[in-house]
Amino acid sequence: MGLKQNLHKIKMKYEGKKMAPAFNAIHTFLYSPNETTHSGSHIRAVDDLKRTMNTVIMALVPCLIFGIFNAGYQHYLAAGEIESATSFFSGDFWSMQNFSKGAWKVLPLVVISYGVGLLVEFIFAVIKGHEVEEGYLVTGMLVPLIVPVDTPLWMLSVAVIFGVVIGKEVFGGTGMNILNPALTIRAFLFFAYPTWMSGDKVWVTEAKELAGGPDAISGETILGSLAQNKPFDYDVADMFLGFIPGSVGETSTILILLGGLFLIFSKIGSWRIMLSMALGGLAMGLIFNGVVSQEWITESSKFYSLMSTEFWHHLIIGGFAFGMVFMATDPVTASQTNKGKWIYGFLAGFISVMIRVFNPAYPEGVMLAILLMNVFAPTIDHYVVQGNVKKRMKRLKVKTA
Amino acid sequence: MGLLSKKDQKLILDPLADDNPITIQVLGICSALAITAQLKASIVMSISVLFVLGVGNVVISLMRNIIPSKIRIIVQLIVVATLVIIVDQVLKAYAYSLSKELSVFVGLIITNCIIMGRFEAFALGNGPWRSFLDGIGNALGYGVILIIVGFFRELLGSGTLLGFKVLGDPIGDPVTGPTGLYSIGYENNGFMLLSPMALIVVGLIIWVQRSRNKALIEEN
Repeated sequence: MGLKQNLHKIKMKYEGKKMAPAFNAIHTFLYSPNETTHSGSHIRAVDDLKRTMNTVIMALVPCLIFGIFNAGYQHYLAAGEIESATSFFSGDFWSMQNFSKGAWKVLPLVVISYGVGLLVEFIFAVIKGHEVEEGYLVTGMLVPLIVPVDTPLWMLSVAVIFGVVIGKEVFGGTGMNILNPALTIRAFLFFAYPTWMSGDKVWVTEAKELAGGPDAISGETILGSLAQNKPFDYDVADMFLGFIPGSVGETSTILILLGGLFLIFSKIGSWRIMLSMALGGLAMGLIFNGVVSQEWITESSKFYSLMSTEFWHHLIIGGFAFGMVFMATDPVTASQTNKGKWIYGFLAGFISVMIRVFNPAYPEGVMLAILLMNVFAPTIDHYVVQGNVKKRMKRLKVKTA
Repeated sequence: MGLLSKKDQKLILDPLADDNPITIQVLGICSALAITAQLKASIVMSISVLFVLGVGNVVISLMRNIIPSKIRIIVQLIVVATLVIIVDQVLKAYAYSLSKELSVFVGLIITNCIIMGRFEAFALGNGPWRSFLDGIGNALGYGVILIIVGFFRELLGSGTLLGFKVLGDPIGDPVTGPTGLYSIGYENNGFMLLSPMALIVVGLIIWVQRSRNKALIEEN
């Protein structure tokens, strides 16, 4: 272990210096620190914050890889150079051509997201003189997966700086934030540069160059088509497998589900939140379906397409699945109590589908719904805890009486 | 400032920084969020408040010994309302488009907490000259923040300052395309035009101010 010893020696030498936190961050990323607790009744476990973060990243990697292929696939499909994929292992999808095109577009997003975000974290750690926190490891991976593939890199940098500083550092850093930083970054992009974040021109990379004129070819997402009462030619298999236009990593429901199962079995993600959020989305979808089948809403209504979408389709189109598995379950911003998690998840799903249908200008209701519920999570917890206290007080009274 | 004694100078200078009505007393936030999307509107709003608060403080101070304390709020409201109506009419007469832009917020100066706050806290207990200085100082402190916020919101949100395209032209002429920063791919930040961003900008000013002067940080 020569490298480890050497790094430790350097660490000892520069202890207390100004740049020490920056160095320690790299050191502990590579190895566990040399000083660990030796005595006393501490729980000794390997699943520290860093291990937790790395588990989530592992769950995200399939989505990232799929996103890279999908970016290329959507491009060449729109160009008419390839046939649409028929099965999950279709050679038209998993081709080198798609990969190189997608990687060229997606990897810079990943690099910028990590580079800028960690830079901000390092600067804050050095100024405040505390160790660099690992919180950005997951955020940095989530961000490139939830933006359109053609997002300009400078916009992403501005949004990352905003999200990390305003969404996290002002509250005191990792573990103290009220809002999910990745969603804060996306919300910032969404409100600051709407033309780059919604509409039908942003989901297929180089849409403008493909059309060869000032008008880009249309690569509308399913939600976008539905909001305008337009037909789309994707079937359920496409939606479930992910051969649809959308943000980089959120299209493939099946890979997201696999990631979600991985998180549940490694006990990192809360199955309560995931399940209740799915239930919430289904419930709202069922209500809308009911409204349509009662014929309170007719085809002339602008909500007709979205409302008549079969209720369970809402779970596999748009960012619902991704938000459910990777965003809503963020342990810092979600509810902490078990009962609270059910309420939090259910409302997040319920409101997601509601925003989707009622406000076609914001097709991605998932982002807004989760941010909203992030704000309410502490309130929900408060009432759950108070309810429990009350129940126990009552029991105590009965016993003593 | 040879005209003013040390104590009088304090009345004007304190609200500009260490006792700023917006960033320290956290009053008058609503208008700071609502009308700062354009620098011009911020400046006009600042001048309007300067007038209302300066004159209002003097009027209240002159009447302070004859106002029955039970109905003083009503009297104060009448004074503010009168002054605000004057401002509103002047704006309508000489700057109609601006008055349209500020719309209801000129009328809402009546409810600006800074004004009632200064009447209550200062003008009711001090002479007219000192009240005048206090009013001017607080209005200036309010205006400084409004103008800073308006500057950043207009610059980053619309790419203009007072209507001048300082960052270049986003559309440009049909042949050469956009000019200035826009020719290299820069875009305006639409979020800056929304009120939440004004709150964040005010928050950042508070952050900068308190980290420069640790004495301002409240204990909690």
